[in-house]
Amino acid sequence: MKKENKLLSFLRDNTVPIMFVVICAVCIPISGFSASYLMNEIVTRMGRNIFLILALLIPIMSGMGLNFGMTLGAMAGEIALIFVSDWQIWGIPGVVLAMILSIPISVLLGAFCGKILNMAKGREMITSYIISFFMNGIYQLIVLYMMGSIIPIKHFSVKLPRGYGIRNTVSLLNMRQCLDNLLAVRVAGVKIPVLTFLIIALLCLFIVWFRKTKLGQDMRAVGQDMNVARDAGINVERTRIISIVMSTVLAGFGMVIYLQNMGNIATYSSHSQIGMFCIAALLVGGASVDKASIGNVFLGVILFHTMFIVAPKAGAQITGDSMIGEYFRVFVSYAVITLALIMYETKKRKRKSLVAQQLQQEQEEASGT
Amino acid sequence: MNETLDKTNLTLGDRLRGFVDAFGLPRLIIAAFLLMLYIAAPFVGAGFWMQISNTINRFSWNAIMVLAMVPMIHSGCGLNFGLPLGIISGLLGATLSIELGFTGPMSFLMAILIATPFSVVLGMGYGWLLNKIKGGEMMIATYVGFSSVSFMCMMWLLLPYHSPTMVWGYAGKGLRTTISLEGFYDKVLAGFLQINIGTLSIPTGTLLFFALLAFGMWAFLHTKTGTAMTAVGSNPTFAKAAGVNVDKMRMLSVVLSTWLAAIGILVYEQGFGFIQLYMAPFYMALPAVSAILIGGASVNKASIANVIIGTFLFQGIVTMTPTVMNNMIHMDMSEVIRVVASQGMILYALTRKTEATK
Repeated sequence: MKKENKLLSFLRDNTVPIMFVVICAVCIPISGFSASYLMNEIVTRMGRNIFLILALLIPIMSGMGLNFGMTLGAMAGEIALIFVSDWQIWGIPGVVLAMILSIPISVLLGAFCGKILNMAKGREMITSYIISFFMNGIYQLIVLYMMGSIIPIKHFSVKLPRGYGIRNTVSLLNMRQCLDNLLAVRVAGVKIPVLTFLIIALLCLFIVWFRKTKLGQDMRAVGQDMNVARDAGINVERTRIISIVMSTVLAGFGMVIYLQNMGNIATYSSHSQIGMFCIAALLVGGASVDKASIGNVFLGVILFHTMFIVAPKAGAQITGDSMIGEYFRVFVSYAVITLALIMYETKKRKRKSLVAQQLQQEQEEASGT
Repeated sequence: MNETLDKTNLTLGDRLRGFVDAFGLPRLIIAAFLLMLYIAAPFVGAGFWMQISNTINRFSWNAIMVLAMVPMIHSGCGLNFGLPLGIISGLLGATLSIELGFTGPMSFLMAILIATPFSVVLGMGYGWLLNKIKGGEMMIATYVGFSSVSFMCMMWLLLPYHSPTMVWGYAGKGLRTTISLEGFYDKVLAGFLQINIGTLSIPTGTLLFFALLAFGMWAFLHTKTGTAMTAVGSNPTFAKAAGVNVDKMRMLSVVLSTWLAAIGILVYEQGFGFIQLYMAPFYMALPAVSAILIGGASVNKASIANVIIGTFLFQGIVTMTPTVMNNMIHMDMSEVIRVVASQGMILYALTRKTEATK
């Protein structure tokens, strides 16, 4: 009896990852991809995406939910890369310089985002989601109109022929996979970007360490209960802003890593979907709106991207139309986020009503005696 | 507000500040910006009356989708970011009506009739969901909209539609991304009693149709049920104590909103002349949301006047900025201005402290 309950609660708590394991298990044989191809793709995508997804962990810790505003960090990373490629600094120095350049922009954007989120407590997610749209407008204003006319941009390969604005795609050919190829190791035909994984490991260590610091503890306290944290003498507003700033800066680094792997910047669209895909991947790994671990990130990337690779091919094999699989994977990404949000909210309500019930019971007992 | 005006000893600055506070600074900026655009239009060579008729036309296409925001705001469900769900029922109505062989004005009527059961059923499911997650409506609404749109993307390809006007020519199956409404209900409302004076043209039929629905909404909000709905929105505990079934009222408001969205997209299509499928409904909620906010609504308060003013201002900016800005500074910054103005307005509304108490 007890064992059954345990199994049931395990199934309930891990609905999303289990669903994904099933989807992948069905789709992989149908798609007919070879094991080495799949492994190669997954390892590449792990190197590309994990850093970005790790950036989401800190706001979850401080109770601000899924940071849809990580798009802001991605924009900062892109702007930094545009400058670096205009200055024609390539290879590892270019990547490092882009990361350094992205920091001030990320801090600025993150502070702005954090300030606004402090004004909208209780609905951080929808607000950060709208902020990402709003900032996209500002980003376009800067990149499409101000770069080249006000902000000096020289190189013709970056600038639009009309004299201002940045081209639709900026090629990073000279810096393509320079991080991934340095120290890369081939194991049974699978290329493993050791350096990228080392950087990711460093970030993981940093997050583990950070949780134990004073600031990390403060963030967790704020995430548990803002009022209690304030009574305990924690500056709640400041802590929340710091957590968003950190997330934005990390997202900026993540975007630089992501783009050096891709090899080009789609100037006006690279960042727009990145938040959605990262959040979906994190949730697939079994994270929820108020709880996420590094393990969730890794599991999520593997499961989500396996689905992403095999779904179009499997869809084409089943229905004879390749578009079905394309739409299917987009649908699944959104459905996963929807499901996770619904589960979080229902759980929150259940907990609330439980507390209310307990309170009532206690009162009745007190009045009875 | 009246009190501040009565006190004569207030300085002009105080009064001005009071006015700005009541009206909202972003709203004021947007209104002033639009006014500036209208004044500038004749000087830069864009025909004034032409611009006015464009604005009115776009107003008539979009107003009903903005009206769809009203019931959910009244019942305390917040801004309906899940508008695409209603739009999908409208699209199902439109495509099924054509598939069944209706043409001309009849196809419009049938589209509305077919869309209604879809929107009621989907709206009930959506309302049931929103009742389960009170407090987190807006975020989940957004993603319900997104998931339903991407789900329907697959369905448009898989559902057995056969009408040659709608499916891809070479494959013989799967709906096209845009379907022309010529011969069906293109301009069916707009052409009714249309007024043409020089370059000014007014789509009387569409405006009348909107007026009818808006009046219906206004009347509904003043019935017993409507008042109960508003009570649920302004104070759920009080409403519950007064014997109102809170969940039922919220459900009703969601169904109403979804149905209005379905009608709204059909009216939009008859003005635009095309049905847009697949990813087209994806971001349609955002313009409607920002329009009603620009009109003076907040996250938990909205009136018909907000709908009319908001749609006019928003659509005014959308139509005026490309032409005027293009002529003035020779670069098309309309997209940027539209995005910043509309999203900025939503942000402003979300961060109002007095409204964040829920």
